[in-house]
Amino acid sequence: MSTLSALPAMPMSVQLINLMASLMLLIAFAMLAQRRIRSLIYLFAWQGAVLAVNCLIVAWYTGHGELYLSAFFTVLLKVIALPLVLHYLIRKLDIQWDVETLINIPTTMLAGIVLVVFAFNLALPISQLAGTITRGTLGIAIAVVLLAFLMMITRRKAVPQVIGFLAMENGLFFAATSATYGMPMVVELGILLDVLMGVLILGIFFFHVREAFDSLDLKHMEKLKESGE
Amino acid sequence: MYLLDAAPAVPLDLILGVVLFWLLIGVAGVLRPRSLRFVSRLLFPLGAVGSVVLMLAALLAVRVPPVVAVLPLGLPDLPFHLRLDALSAFFVMLVGAVALGVSLFSVGYFRRGEGALPGLLCLQYHVFLSSMVMVMLADDAYLFMVAWETMALSSYFLVTTSHRIAEIRRAGFLYLLIAHIGAIAILLCFGVMHGGGGDYTFDALRASELPVFWASTAFLLALFGFGAKAGLLPLHVWLPEAHPAAPSPVSALMSGVMLKTAIYGFLRITFDLLPTPLWWWGVVTLVLGLMTALFGVMFAAVQSDMKRLLAYSSIENIGIIFAGAGLAIIFHAYSNPHLAALALVATLYHCLNHAFFKSLLFLGTGSVLHSTHERNLGKLGGLIRNMPWVAGLSLIGALAIAGLPPLNGFVSEWLLLQAFLFSPGLPNPYLNMLVPLGSAALVLAAALSGYVMVKFYGVIFLGRPREEKLNEARDAGIWERLGLAWFALGCIVFGLFPMAVILLLDHVSLPLVNFTLSAAVSGNSWLLFAPVAAERASYGPLLLLLGITGTLLVTFVAVRVFYHGRTRRGAAWDCGYPEQTSRMQDTAEGFGQPITQIFEPFFRVRRQMPDPFSSEPVYAKTNEDHLWYWLYLPIARANERIASWIGLLQHGRIHLYLLYSFVTLLALLLFMH
Amino acid sequence: MLTHIAAFLSQLTQTLLVVLIAPLMLGWLNQCRAWLQNRSGPSVLQPYRVLLKLFDKDALLAHNASVLFRSAPYVQFGCMVLAASVVPIIETNLLFAPAADVIALVGVFALARVFSALAAMDVGTSFGSLGARREMLVASLSEPALLMVFFTPLLIVQSSSLNVIVDTLAHREFALYPSLAFAAVAFIMVLLAENARIPIDNPATHLELTMIHEALILEYSGRHLALIEWAHAIKFTTYCAIGIALFVPWGIAQAGAWWLMPGAVVVLIVKLGFIGVGLALLETVSAKLRIFRAPEFLGMAFLFAALGMLTRLLLGA
Repeated sequence: MSTLSALPAMPMSVQLINLMASLMLLIAFAMLAQRRIRSLIYLFAWQGAVLAVNCLIVAWYTGHGELYLSAFFTVLLKVIALPLVLHYLIRKLDIQWDVETLINIPTTMLAGIVLVVFAFNLALPISQLAGTITRGTLGIAIAVVLLAFLMMITRRKAVPQVIGFLAMENGLFFAATSATYGMPMVVELGILLDVLMGVLILGIFFFHVREAFDSLDLKHMEKLKESGE
Repeated sequence: MYLLDAAPAVPLDLILGVVLFWLLIGVAGVLRPRSLRFVSRLLFPLGAVGSVVLMLAALLAVRVPPVVAVLPLGLPDLPFHLRLDALSAFFVMLVGAVALGVSLFSVGYFRRGEGALPGLLCLQYHVFLSSMVMVMLADDAYLFMVAWETMALSSYFLVTTSHRIAEIRRAGFLYLLIAHIGAIAILLCFGVMHGGGGDYTFDALRASELPVFWASTAFLLALFGFGAKAGLLPLHVWLPEAHPAAPSPVSALMSGVMLKTAIYGFLRITFDLLPTPLWWWGVVTLVLGLMTALFGVMFAAVQSDMKRLLAYSSIENIGIIFAGAGLAIIFHAYSNPHLAALALVATLYHCLNHAFFKSLLFLGTGSVLHSTHERNLGKLGGLIRNMPWVAGLSLIGALAIAGLPPLNGFVSEWLLLQAFLFSPGLPNPYLNMLVPLGSAALVLAAALSGYVMVKFYGVIFLGRPREEKLNEARDAGIWERLGLAWFALGCIVFGLFPMAVILLLDHVSLPLVNFTLSAAVSGNSWLLFAPVAAERASYGPLLLLLGITGTLLVTFVAVRVFYHGRTRRGAAWDCGYPEQTSRMQDTAEGFGQPITQIFEPFFRVRRQMPDPFSSEPVYAKTNEDHLWYWLYLPIARANERIASWIGLLQHGRIHLYLLYSFVTLLALLLFMH
Repeated sequence: MLTHIAAFLSQLTQTLLVVLIAPLMLGWLNQCRAWLQNRSGPSVLQPYRVLLKLFDKDALLAHNASVLFRSAPYVQFGCMVLAASVVPIIETNLLFAPAADVIALVGVFALARVFSALAAMDVGTSFGSLGARREMLVASLSEPALLMVFFTPLLIVQSSSLNVIVDTLAHREFALYPSLAFAAVAFIMVLLAENARIPIDNPATHLELTMIHEALILEYSGRHLALIEWAHAIKFTTYCAIGIALFVPWGIAQAGAWWLMPGAVVVLIVKLGFIGVGLALLETVSAKLRIFRAPEFLGMAFLFAALGMLTRLLLGA
């Protein structure tokens, strides 16, 4: 029962990646708890930065050259470009401040904790098979995806939902880096481009939504159902 | 001990003797039912003597091997089988210990002209006590059910002592109803365990090899049946109704011991009669227990009737006990005897503690009720000055129930938390992450019970009297004080000497989970207490008390020596508003308000706001139980609807009824043909 | 026998050290806050002066104050001194340490708190019971978070005894423990809540609507108030010491290594100094929350602590 002997230390690379993984998780929870759209965008940028650093660490320790390139693209797109676009959007749409949540935040947090446990158990058989140095982080990557999903569910406004979507993609990217040392470059670039285009299209879409409904509250979408009203 | 070696059946004989003695006392009470002097000055003290014998005999019996006996009573072919093993002896001891204090208290408690005749009360009281002992001793399902039903009925009569009040009749009916629904489940549980062969002795039930499905069914039925008796969610509704309705000594007995008979039955069936449990049984029990604990403590925090508050607090404690039992089942299912023993011992320890501190507080409310005729917290206050004895002894109970060291409530919660802290070692990955979160629920319940106790004690005993008449309140008499002091003593002793209690409980846990805690640690001294390993965790209540009181005295003396002891008296600061009255103190409702605000979804809150222009503004707020509306009322309505359909048959004309009988007869004849 | 004497001496030194430097710690914190807010604050020795002044004054009691009211300050002081003597700060050889592990320590704090709440209700003024109920509310929400905080080091060390935790963590190989970082953040939040600091309570205010701790002790004066304030300072310092023991235990001497103790004292003072600066910074940049935001704040603390525990289980880090 007693383990008073010296605690075995893990190799430095694993420690660093674990650190990044926990930061990812932390940011995911912070996004879940955040009430303000502007802070949400900052958090998203930070998540991108962590992702990039993680990429660099994995690249450094495994010697996969193309991962440096992914890190570069991540910084370019997710830390700089997308947050700028989003900032522009919320300034134009004048929705910088509070977002209403559908469920109160402590309850959401508890649900988040349960999701993390679930995600970890989901990843357990896969990560036991994986031989990579970063196998423990797969559970966290899935958790980040699920938490982002949860955030999309609990937000009423459209912009946080887009950020949730982007955060989900971050989680997938993190899973890819940690489980298989990154996707093939072509796929990765394709996804990045898709995301960029997606956000641009959504931005345009928002303007139209606002023109039509005079608000970005998705409550108004409820009118778009088939009923005799 | 030599005596016991020669005749191991001595404790059982003694216990049966006490049961007989109690029944005789009860009958004697009926002989002179109107004489309060005879009943309360002679019979109740005699009953108390009986409980001392019972307690000591059971204390001996915990340490010796099980003894069986067959009484040639009951139906011709179904004699009563009795068995006294460590588990039943422990619970019998609980009955004896609580009965001692309550009987002593009752000597001074019952007054002329209150409720039923004293002699009748004496009979019901002693039958109630005897039936509880018989529940613990029963070794066959038949005797168990007979004793169980006797217990339910006698306690029903005790609850409805003041049966002229409609509300009390209603509470009694609700109690009887749920007790019987529970009893049916227990009966079915025995039926399932029986499996169609053999007889209904517990030996036969133990031997019957149940398939997993039927074992699980039996477990769930047991959980339902005993849960109904114990007040487990969602079958708790009778508790906050019945406890305030009963006279205080009876509330103390019901809360202190009767709820424990349900725990006894649950442990007996789960750990003894059924085969090795499955892990999810434990999870179900644990989750239900934690939910019950949180529910109970939240509702306790918003009550304004002092006995209802205590009743909800009982629900909380039952929740904690079930959570401990659930944890023990989980560890047992994963065959980890050490931790199973830890959790089980914590559970039993909490049973013991709850019996003492809850009885103490219920009796304390009884004394308050007698001298003030007031149960509503909003009309009490400041009693510490007129009732110093009751206030002082109740303080011990309140601190113990709030789980504060060095009193007893803390020890069991500490043990239970230690068991929780080990759960990350479980082989199931879901459990080892989610069970630790459960410990947070337990701590929340324990911390909120501190809140509840500050409210309970502060509003009743502290502050200024909220009513004029409270200034005439007088302290309890010597018998009542004796009863209270006995329980307070228990709270202190079990808190300061946990090792002694553990050594006793080891005898109980050994046959159930094949492990004793004291075997694990050899270096335990009476001063320090480490249930797992000294470097893992240890707790020294005596040392703690010594440290605190030592510092306290040194500080006191030092302040006097280096400075002075000058004191002046003045009026309390009125915050610049001199027209304050004592009615402006925080009320019980006010004290509960933050809890309703934070945990609002758990309550069905109804507020009645005054009109802004009203000259007599009324503000009213009720916190009701969602479950009552979600579960009980729909069932009641469905029941009524079915009953009204059946009611169509009723016309009041004899010839129609004859026609029904005739048609039934014809149908039966046709069917038989 | 000799080891017992050594343990006794070490115990006495540590306890006295905490008891004596506790007001200084508060003085230092106030000093740092003053600097950060561009004020010239009172001297760091001001808390001592206040204590001396209060001890000198007559104790003024309300007419109806009971024994409970008069004894509560002593009980609180006793509890806090005991709590201080359980936490290793310069050496892990403590006589009282086996008497209480971290859970029992929480229990001792709770005992002191319940006494202060009961004493506040004793006189029967509205503010007393208002303070009592708020104090109990905040405490009952912070205790689950605190337990979760303890879970992470507990999982790493497999012990709930502070002595063992310090012995193990202080002498391990260097490793990054993100889980401990989470737990540390949660611990700081709990520390702020339990010690009546901003953002839960404002120690510098006597504004009725917001105060918690001040409302509790409104009726106290003279030596009683001095004892309560001192106990409060000891509690704060003990919390800092628990934080040090759990998260930055390096520098605490092992049992029997008395020659390391002077160095350990220096290290301790440096750490406490940094904690003072950090907390002053936190208190300067944050504003007091409404009382009904407190559950959310403490819920966050709980979340952080639970995340710490989960990362420990998930990543083994």
